Amino acid sequence: MNNALLLLAILSSSLIPGLIIFTLPEPALRLRTTCNMAGVLTKLVLVGVLFQRVYQGTLPELRVPVLPGMELLLHADSLSLLFLGLSAGLWLLTTVYAIGYLEGSPHRSRFFGFFSLCIFATTGIALAGDLVTFLIFYELLTLSTYPLVVHRGTPQALQAGRIYLAYTLAGGALLLFATVWLRSLAGPLNFASAGILFTLDASLHADLSLIFLLLIAALGVKAALVPLHSWLPTAMVAPAPVSALLHAVAVVKAGAFGIIRVIHGVYGVEFSMTLGLLPPLAFLAVFTSLYGSVQALRQNDLKRRLAFSTVSQISYIILGIALGGPAAAIGGLVHLVHQGLMKITLFFCAGNLAETLQIHKISDMAGVGRRMPWTMSAFTLSALGMIGLPPLVGFVSKWYLGFGALAVGQSWIVVFLVVSTLLNAGYFLPLIYRAWFMAPQGRRNEDWPEKNGLETDWTLLFPPLVTAALVLLLGLWAQAPFSPLYWVQLIVLREYGQ
Amino acid sequence: MILADFLLAQPWFVWLILLPLGGAASTFVLPRRVAPIGFCCALLILAGAVFSVCQLTATGSLTQAAGHWSAPLGIVLRADGLAVVMLATTAGVGFIISCYALGYFPARGHEPSRARYFWPLWLFVWAGCNALYVSADLFNLYVTLEIVTLAAVALTALEGGAPAVGAALRYLLTSLVGSLTYLAGVALLYAGWGTVDLSLLSQVLTEDPLSRTAMALMICGLLLKSALFPLHFWLPPAHGKAPAPVSAILSALVVKTAYVVLLRLWFEVFASFDRAMTAHLLGALGSAAIIWGSLMALRQERLKLLIAYSTVAQIGYLFLVFPLAGAETAATVWTAVILFMVAHACGKAAMFLVAGTIQQTAGHDRISQMAGAGGPIGVLAVVFALASVTIIGLPPSGGFFAKWLLLNAALATGQWWYCPVILTGSLLAAAYVTRVLSWAFLDVRRNVCPVSSRVMKWPPLALCLVALLLGLAAYGPVRVALTGAPVTGHVLVEQRP
Amino acid sequence: MNDLSVYAAAGILLFFIGLYALFFRRQLLRKILAANVMGSGVFLIFIGLVKQPGQSTDPVPQAMVLTGIIVTLCFTAAAIALAIRLKELNEEHHSATRPEDDFG
Repeated sequence: MNNALLLLAILSSSLIPGLIIFTLPEPALRLRTTCNMAGVLTKLVLVGVLFQRVYQGTLPELRVPVLPGMELLLHADSLSLLFLGLSAGLWLLTTVYAIGYLEGSPHRSRFFGFFSLCIFATTGIALAGDLVTFLIFYELLTLSTYPLVVHRGTPQALQAGRIYLAYTLAGGALLLFATVWLRSLAGPLNFASAGILFTLDASLHADLSLIFLLLIAALGVKAALVPLHSWLPTAMVAPAPVSALLHAVAVVKAGAFGIIRVIHGVYGVEFSMTLGLLPPLAFLAVFTSLYGSVQALRQNDLKRRLAFSTVSQISYIILGIALGGPAAAIGGLVHLVHQGLMKITLFFCAGNLAETLQIHKISDMAGVGRRMPWTMSAFTLSALGMIGLPPLVGFVSKWYLGFGALAVGQSWIVVFLVVSTLLNAGYFLPLIYRAWFMAPQGRRNEDWPEKNGLETDWTLLFPPLVTAALVLLLGLWAQAPFSPLYWVQLIVLREYGQ
Repeated sequence: MILADFLLAQPWFVWLILLPLGGAASTFVLPRRVAPIGFCCALLILAGAVFSVCQLTATGSLTQAAGHWSAPLGIVLRADGLAVVMLATTAGVGFIISCYALGYFPARGHEPSRARYFWPLWLFVWAGCNALYVSADLFNLYVTLEIVTLAAVALTALEGGAPAVGAALRYLLTSLVGSLTYLAGVALLYAGWGTVDLSLLSQVLTEDPLSRTAMALMICGLLLKSALFPLHFWLPPAHGKAPAPVSAILSALVVKTAYVVLLRLWFEVFASFDRAMTAHLLGALGSAAIIWGSLMALRQERLKLLIAYSTVAQIGYLFLVFPLAGAETAATVWTAVILFMVAHACGKAAMFLVAGTIQQTAGHDRISQMAGAGGPIGVLAVVFALASVTIIGLPPSGGFFAKWLLLNAALATGQWWYCPVILTGSLLAAAYVTRVLSWAFLDVRRNVCPVSSRVMKWPPLALCLVALLLGLAAYGPVRVALTGAPVTGHVLVEQRP
Repeated sequence: MNDLSVYAAAGILLFFIGLYALFFRRQLLRKILAANVMGSGVFLIFIGLVKQPGQSTDPVPQAMVLTGIIVTLCFTAAAIALAIRLKELNEEHHSATRPEDDFG
C-alpha cells in the first residue's frame, strides 16, 4: 500500500467508525459494537504494517497544502510509532471495557462517537510531522474529550467539564501564540532530529527562550505540570473508561509527547542546553512529582488518588527528557508506555470496584480482595509496578532514569527517585494491605452482591488482566526484541544519534 | 467546447443581480407561489455563483459597464477576487437560509403573511448584496447599501410586535445617519476630483484637507452601519428580535456589506494616505468590540441576544485588519479577513438557524431553561457546537486559520499587543458557547415536543461542516480571493523584520 | 463661486442641525424630519460644491442628488409607516393593560 495512503487509512480507521456511530440510534447495540471493533482491529493491523515499514527504514509521509506557504504534514517516525502503538493497543482494551461498563447507560452512541474521535485526534498527534499539525490535532483532542468528561450530564460533571475546558483552551491559546511566533521567526517547524532552531541568529535567543517557556506552559496544562494540573483530579467524575483513556492513552500522554517533540524535534537537546532551558524544566518535573505524591497521600477517593499519582508519574517522562543524556531519554520515553499500561490497569480495576460493588472511597476497600481476587491481583501487580519493584516494568523505567541521571552528573536525581519510590509505596501499599489483609467491615459485606461465576462481567475483567500481564511480562523480558524498551532504544539510536 | 466557451463568456455577476431582483418582483406579484419561486431563485443564484467562481479562476477579474456607458457617466461593475468570494459565500449561505425558511415560514397555515413578505424582502436584500460586491464606484456602493438596508429594516420588523418594530425603526434611523454621512464624504470627493470611480480615484487622489475630511466622514458613516463598538447599540435588538432566518441574514450577510465598502475604500481609494492614527483608532475600537461584545454575550439570558452580541464581538476582529495591514502583511490580512468573513457567515448563520429551531420546538429561547424543554435536541446541540468551533477559532475551521494569519501579521508588524486581544476573544467565545452547550448536555428528563421538520435540521449542519472544513480546503478560496486583489506580498510572513 | 459656496455652507449647517436633532429630540416624527433635513443638507453640499463657474453644468451630481432624494423618500416612507405601526401597537398594549389597572 502506498505510504501516504497508509497514513490516511490509519487516521480514517478511527474517524469513519466514529462518524458512523454518531448516526446510529441508541438501541443498535450490535451494529455499534461491530463498528467499534471493526475500527479498532483495522487500526491495529494497519499500525502493524506501519511498524514494519518504519523498522525497515522507510518513513511514510503525507502532505496537505492548506494555505499558500503552510501545509499539514503527517510523518511517521519511530517516536510516533511509540505513541501510536500504545494508543492503538490500549484503544482495543478500553473499547472492550467501555462496552461492558456502559451497558444500559444512555447516550452510548454519542459516547462511542466521541471516543473514536478522541483516538483520531491522538493518532494525529502521534503522526504529526510539524508543530502546526501537532497544534491542530492537539486542539481537536480537547474538543473530542470534553463531551466524554461531561458524559454523565450531572451538575458536577458539567462543572468538571467547564474547568477542563478552561484549562485546556487557555493552554491551546498559549500554544497557538507560541507556535505563530516561532513560525514567524523560524519558518516551517518540521520536527527534525537535533532540532531546527540552532541555525538561528544569536540575537533571537531571548525570544526563543520566552517561546520555550510559553510552549512548556501550554503543553504542561495537558501534561499536568504543577500548577496547571488542577483539572485532572476534577475530571475524575467522568466514567472509568474515560478516566482510563485520559490518563493512560490520550490527553496526559499527548501533553508529555508534545514536550518531547518540542525539546527533541524543534529545539534539539544540545540547543536547549545552550540556552539553559533544561535544568529549570527538570526542577519543575521533580517538584511536580513530589507534589503529586504528597497530594495523593491525602486523598480518600480512589480515583483522585490515582489522578495525583498520574501527575507525579508523568513528570518522570519529562524529567527523563530534561536530563538530556541518552539513558535518561530512554527512561523517560519507555515510561510513556509503561506508565500507560500500569495506570490503565489501575483505572480499570477502580472502575470494576465502582461498577460492581459501588466502592469509590479507599476506606470502603477493606477485604475486597477476597470478593474480587482477579481484579485486585491486577491492581496489586500494577501498584507494585508503579512503586518500581523489579522485575515489573516500572522498575525498568526508574532504573534507566537513575542511570541516566548519574551519566549526566545529576546524582541528586537518584535521591529524588528513592524519595519518590517511598512516597509511591506510601500511597499504594496501604491500599493493597487494606484490600487483602483487612477483614471487610460487617455492614459493607452484606451490601456486596453475591458472586456467581466470574466476579464481574468478562468485558470488565479481561482488559485489566491483559494489561497487568503485560506489566509483568514486559518487565521480565524487557530486553526482548520488540518490547517497548527495545523500540525506545531504537528511537534514541536513530533519532538523536547518541 | 462551445458550451464551455458560452458559459465562460456570460457576465454571471450581472445575472446574479438580475435574478434575485426578478425573483423579488415575481414573489411580490404572485403571493401564492412565494416559496417555490424563492427556492428556485436561490438554487439558480447558487449555480450562477459557482459559474462566476469558475469564470474568475479561468479569466481573472472582469469588468462590465452597464449599458456600455463607461465611467464616469456610466455604472461600471467589476468582479474581482473579493467580489466573487463574497458572491459565492452569500449564495451558499443564502441558499441554506432559503431551505430553512421553507420550513420556518409555512406558506399555508395561520400566518401566511410572514412568508408572503419574507421572500420578496429577502430576495431584495440578496440582490442588493450581490450588486454591492460588484460595484466599482462610490455612488453605486451607496445605492446598493441603501437597497440592502431598506429591505433589511423591513425584514427586522417582520415579527410585527412592538419590540421588533421599535428595533427596526432604530436600525433605520441609525443606518440613515450612516449613509448620509457617507454620502457627504462622496460629495466632497466628487467636488475635489470629479469622479467617483474607485480605480480612477485611487490614481488621482492626493492627500489634502478635503480628501481627509471625506475619508473621515465616509469611515464614520460606515462604522455606524457596520456596528463597530461603540456604535453597535442598534444591532443586538435588531438581530435578537427578528425571526431566526432574518437574524441569520442580518448577522451573516448584511453586516458584511458596509464592511466590504470600507475594505475597498481602505485598500484601493485611500491606499496612499498616511493613516496610522486612523488605523490605530480602528484597531483600538475593534479590540474593545471583541472584549465588550464577548463579555456582554456571557451575560445574556436569551440565546438569540447572545448570538447577536457574539456578532458584535466578531465584527471587532474585522476591524483589527486596519492597523495590521502593513507593507509586507497586506496579503496576510487580506486573506485573513476573507477567510474570516466566509467562516463567520457560515458559522453565525448556522447558530441563528439552530436558535430558531430551538425556539420553535421549545417555545422560548431562554438559555437556562433549554435543558428540560425542547424535546430531542441532540442534532441541534451538535450543529450549534460545530458552528461555535469556527466562532471560537479552533482548528481545523476557517476561523482558526484567519486568527492564525491575524496573529502572524500582528507579530510581523511588531504590534504584539493585539495577540492577547485575539486570544482572549477566543477564550471568551468558548466561555459563552460552553454556557449554552452545558444546558444541552444536562441530563434531564425532556418533555415531549413536536419534532421539527427535516429542512430545519439538516441545512444548518451543512453550513457548519463548510465552516469547519474551510480551514482544510482554504487553498482554493484563498487563491480566488487574491485574484485581482489590491494587495501584494506573501500570505504567511516569516522572518520578523 | 461665492453664491455656490453659500449653498455648500448652508448644506453643511443643515447636516449638523439634522444630526443634532436626530440624537437629541425625543419624538419619533422629529427624528424622521431631522433625518430628512440631514439629507437635504448633503444634497445641497453636492450641488453647491461641485459646480465650477464658467463650465457647463455637470449632470452627474444632479443625477446623484435625484437618486439620493428618491432613496431618502423611500426611507422616510418606511420610517413613517413603522412609526405609525409602533404607535398603534403601543396603544393596543396600553388599552389591553388598562382594565387590569382598574382591578389591580
